[in-house]
Amino acid sequence: MNEHAPALVVMLPIIGAVLIMLIRHNNLNWGIALLSGISTIYYSIILYLNARSVGTISYAMGGWEPPVGIEYRIDEFNSLLIALIATVSFLILVYAKSSLNIELKKNKISTFYSMYLLCLGGLIGILSTGDAFNAFVFLEISSLATYVIISMGNDRRGLLAAYQYLIIGTIGATLYVIGVGLIFIITGSLNLYDISVKLGDIELYRPLLASLAFITVGIALKIALFPLHAWLPNAYAFAPSVGTAFLASTATKVAIYLLIKYLYLVYGFDLVYSNQIFIFVVLSLSIIAMFGASMIAIFQSNLKKLFAYSSVAQIGYITLGIGIANYNGLIGSTVHIINHSIIKAAIFLAIGCLVFSSKIVNIDQLAGLGKRMPMVAVCITVSSLSLIGVPGTVGFISKWYLVLGSLEQGLWVVVFALAVSSILALIYVGRIIELIWFHAPVGGMVSQNKIPFEMIAVTVVMTIATIYFGIDTRLTGDLAKIAVENVLLGEQL
Amino acid sequence: MRLDLLLRISSKIFLPFIILFAFYVQFHGDFGPGGGFQAGVIFAAGIILYTIIFGIKKAQKDFPETIFNYMVPLGVLIFTVTGLISLSKGFNFLDYDALAHYPKHGQHIGIIAIELGVFVTVIGSMVSIFYAFVARGKK
Repeated sequence: MNEHAPALVVMLPIIGAVLIMLIRHNNLNWGIALLSGISTIYYSIILYLNARSVGTISYAMGGWEPPVGIEYRIDEFNSLLIALIATVSFLILVYAKSSLNIELKKNKISTFYSMYLLCLGGLIGILSTGDAFNAFVFLEISSLATYVIISMGNDRRGLLAAYQYLIIGTIGATLYVIGVGLIFIITGSLNLYDISVKLGDIELYRPLLASLAFITVGIALKIALFPLHAWLPNAYAFAPSVGTAFLASTATKVAIYLLIKYLYLVYGFDLVYSNQIFIFVVLSLSIIAMFGASMIAIFQSNLKKLFAYSSVAQIGYITLGIGIANYNGLIGSTVHIINHSIIKAAIFLAIGCLVFSSKIVNIDQLAGLGKRMPMVAVCITVSSLSLIGVPGTVGFISKWYLVLGSLEQGLWVVVFALAVSSILALIYVGRIIELIWFHAPVGGMVSQNKIPFEMIAVTVVMTIATIYFGIDTRLTGDLAKIAVENVLLGEQL
Repeated sequence: MRLDLLLRISSKIFLPFIILFAFYVQFHGDFGPGGGFQAGVIFAAGIILYTIIFGIKKAQKDFPETIFNYMVPLGVLIFTVTGLISLSKGFNFLDYDALAHYPKHGQHIGIIAIELGVFVTVIGSMVSIFYAFVARGKK
């Protein structure tokens, strides 16, 4: 079955989702979800190893050979991300059971698991497909599942957040399809690699640039790049904790991958980066995101919202590397996709523990947490420090590469911006750390529910990962290097 | 309910034809215009007509909501199982050639099978959405 792994990594979560909807038995469904999660991890690792040993894998869906049929194309870059996303979402699934029992109504739990797996299948589909329109279909599958996940929280404002995201997400998808339509008219092909070959013979002219603009803006809405981020904070704040952790660590990352794929593999480095305005826009929006969103985060009182704004800022770091567009900058981006995914999973899982035990929503309720729940408090502290980029944590590695990249390009402004935005991050994280460790517990804040073992265990594993990958960069840094060298910059180097 | 005699009788006459037309579009879909989605919508339109004429209570008694809720994932399951059968015979996912000895027959069977999946899911989701809106506040 190993040669069919490209289809299986997408289909296993979707089959799981379908079975869960048919069976609708809460505990049994957790088992099904875990089973399809772990088998997805198994096949994603097989995919990565195959991609490493034999190079790019091409899988003709339905037996129709590309470029006519839908091609699934697995290289060292996307198989790495598939493995990351499969692993992170499996760990979150392990954590999910107890948390969902508290946060959701009983009759919604099956639907949640089903939507979770459907979203996972859609995200892996976006990563693995080599077809422009198929990517759109998977974008919609994952987005529709996301809207449901967001609307499921107990807070009724979740419905409004889901509706907001529904409107914005639909606009984004529409822009993307318009861009794909333009490319299809220009090249007559929907296969991304066929398109990139055909674009090589075509002179640069307006419709081509228009398609680039449509696709970039469409995907940027899904990424929540700074001026288009309005849907994200509410969506993260009012979704169930498990949903927030899942979305924060996977959904935006996959959209960023899609953008990178278009810029580097479809349009090609030369076409995109010969355009100075494009670089200027990407760089300045990323820097505004790093500053603006961190500034807003400083003034938030809702804990989840604070970290949601911090997500917007961190996405700025990733797109910054895309804008810097040299070897180290791209490694910075790629590593930060992985690292930020781990950090945000750790933070939102820890917040999920707090919601579980004593319904903590606001920052001032954190006072004296270090005494009451030392384990969770340490997790939050360590993973927030990673956000700042303290040496010895994953955040440092990403920033290191980004600074290296911008120094090589002579972008001193960017280096300065990176430093200042780290200070801004220090301010909002500092507030939390001060409350946790240096304030006395407020009365009436007794822990109500004992946090189950698996929730703590997953949170701790994620937190340890933020330190481990900050010290031993063999797995993250080196794999990112290989991905960038072999896939993205293959022709430039 | 007394005054709409004309509507009730005429919709009763129409219904079998609507359903029959849905099946025509469904099975004609592989060599003519049509297919699972269109057929599903036409079928669902029949049930929606029934609901409008006879009221939500009677409709939900005759066509229980749970059936449609289960039809939504069931159609996707039919679709994926078709793909998995190709996999189990050593072909690529959704390669219909695997479904019969002669590839052309395989393609024929495959397209019917996945259109059936689409048909089931579309009926399920259309009627579920309709019921969800109509039954609002009545539970």
